[in-house]
Amino acid sequence: MTMEAYRYEDGSISYPGHPVGPDGSEPVETIDLSEYTAEVITWTTSTATPPGVREPNTLAIVEFDVDGEPVRAIGQATSDDLETGDEVEPIYVNELREPGAGIREPESQAWDGYRFEPV
Amino acid sequence: MERVAIIGASMSQFGQRDEWIRELLAEAGSACLEDAAVDPSDIDHLYVSNMASGEFEGQTGVVNALVHDLGAVPAYTERVDQTSSSGGAGIYAAWRSVASGASDMTLLVGGEKMTHRTTAEATDVIASLTHPCEYKHGVTLPSFAGLTARHYLERFDAPRESLGKVAAKNHKNGVDNPNAQFQKEVDLETILESPIVADPLRLYDFCPITDGSAALMLCPESVAAEYTDEYVVISGIDGATDTHVVHERPDPTIMGGVVESGDGAFEMADREPDDIDVAELHDMFTILEFLQMEGLGFAEQGEAWKLVEEGYTDRDGELPINTSGGLKSKGHPLGASGVAQGVEIYEQLMGEAGPRQVDADVGLCCNVGGFGNCVITTIMEAAA
Repeated sequence: MTMEAYRYEDGSISYPGHPVGPDGSEPVETIDLSEYTAEVITWTTSTATPPGVREPNTLAIVEFDVDGEPVRAIGQATSDDLETGDEVEPIYVNELREPGAGIREPESQAWDGYRFEPV
Repeated sequence: MERVAIIGASMSQFGQRDEWIRELLAEAGSACLEDAAVDPSDIDHLYVSNMASGEFEGQTGVVNALVHDLGAVPAYTERVDQTSSSGGAGIYAAWRSVASGASDMTLLVGGEKMTHRTTAEATDVIASLTHPCEYKHGVTLPSFAGLTARHYLERFDAPRESLGKVAAKNHKNGVDNPNAQFQKEVDLETILESPIVADPLRLYDFCPITDGSAALMLCPESVAAEYTDEYVVISGIDGATDTHVVHERPDPTIMGGVVESGDGAFEMADREPDDIDVAELHDMFTILEFLQMEGLGFAEQGEAWKLVEEGYTDRDGELPINTSGGLKSKGHPLGASGVAQGVEIYEQLMGEAGPRQVDADVGLCCNVGGFGNCVITTIMEAAA
């Protein structure tokens, strides 16, 4: 599995990737963010979670540095013992929430992904 | 282009209601027809702001149901869904219908029926607007608020209490709104000690789940004169968007849709932030009131909390914000909220706000969908 981000013609990177990047530029390559560590920008622990989601659910917005180009991602954290500025690494999880327990059609999207674990 | 007037308004009781979406919409629609003294047969266009009647209740096609229930057949109808900003988008759609000359009398009704669902179910319906990369992690709108609030407080060295003061202010305002879901003051200590929902935000930083409806009647200014001598005009209105994926925004404390729609509305109205006498902002979460104050130019970035601390946004302050009680106290029936913001500004400009009345000639409302994903800003003025 990979945590696939897109790099665009203008050099910028986004996670997730989009068909069109900033200013209409085309994607030119994919980058696996799971090979990098990231810094916590902000985090929260949610106690009012929807059906099929763990409770409590600690979430973080993190920023990767890919050869000098910043790219942010959001995801669950493996611990609620987080601080802004902490270094984290992506850890693969087969199922982040229970498919089908919520309103979204289970077949409409993937349910695996990466949690952020403090390094 | 002829100016667009608002000649009538209504709002149903917000809260936990026994009625379903059809009845809620008809209640506000009928009341607005009566308030404006307009016969249903005179309606050219009928817009319904509603986010999710199919998902919440299994009732789709609410526009056709309502046009029939009001006796307004064969008026053109259209449902406006822009998530939490459906109401503001409805004002924009209704304004366009009149400004373009397509309609000489447009009724806008917003409504949502939510409270029969559990909090978890309602939260999931709303969270379904998120990108798959967010949804699979269980990201909800309240969790976006927690993430943003922590960043704001840390970055701008703002005290946690300042967010609590937004909640206390809006609850205090709601005491004088007979249609508000909560009509009671809540002290700061209670707010700051309430259960954590999305750390650092607590229960009283969030709006409730609500049933309710609201309506506005719009027509060309020349037609308004046939019905009344006193009315309000929409002098500026604009809508804008920001990224679907929230973490991709360059600055988590800037909502680009607020900035863009605000700039557009101010330019159209030939007004500046200092000209606004009263504002209704989308306080679905307390932190959003700060972000909108800053995005609309009422405060510098990172400084809105200071104005709240100073009482600048109190009902008797320089710029009263959320005199209705806001979404925080009045409630947030998704599709109705933006329309109800317009109802409050209309009543303030008409001098009909009762104990909530402030001295105002120019008012603004800002309706936010998603977590700043879609935004409508509207400026209204008392007709000169």
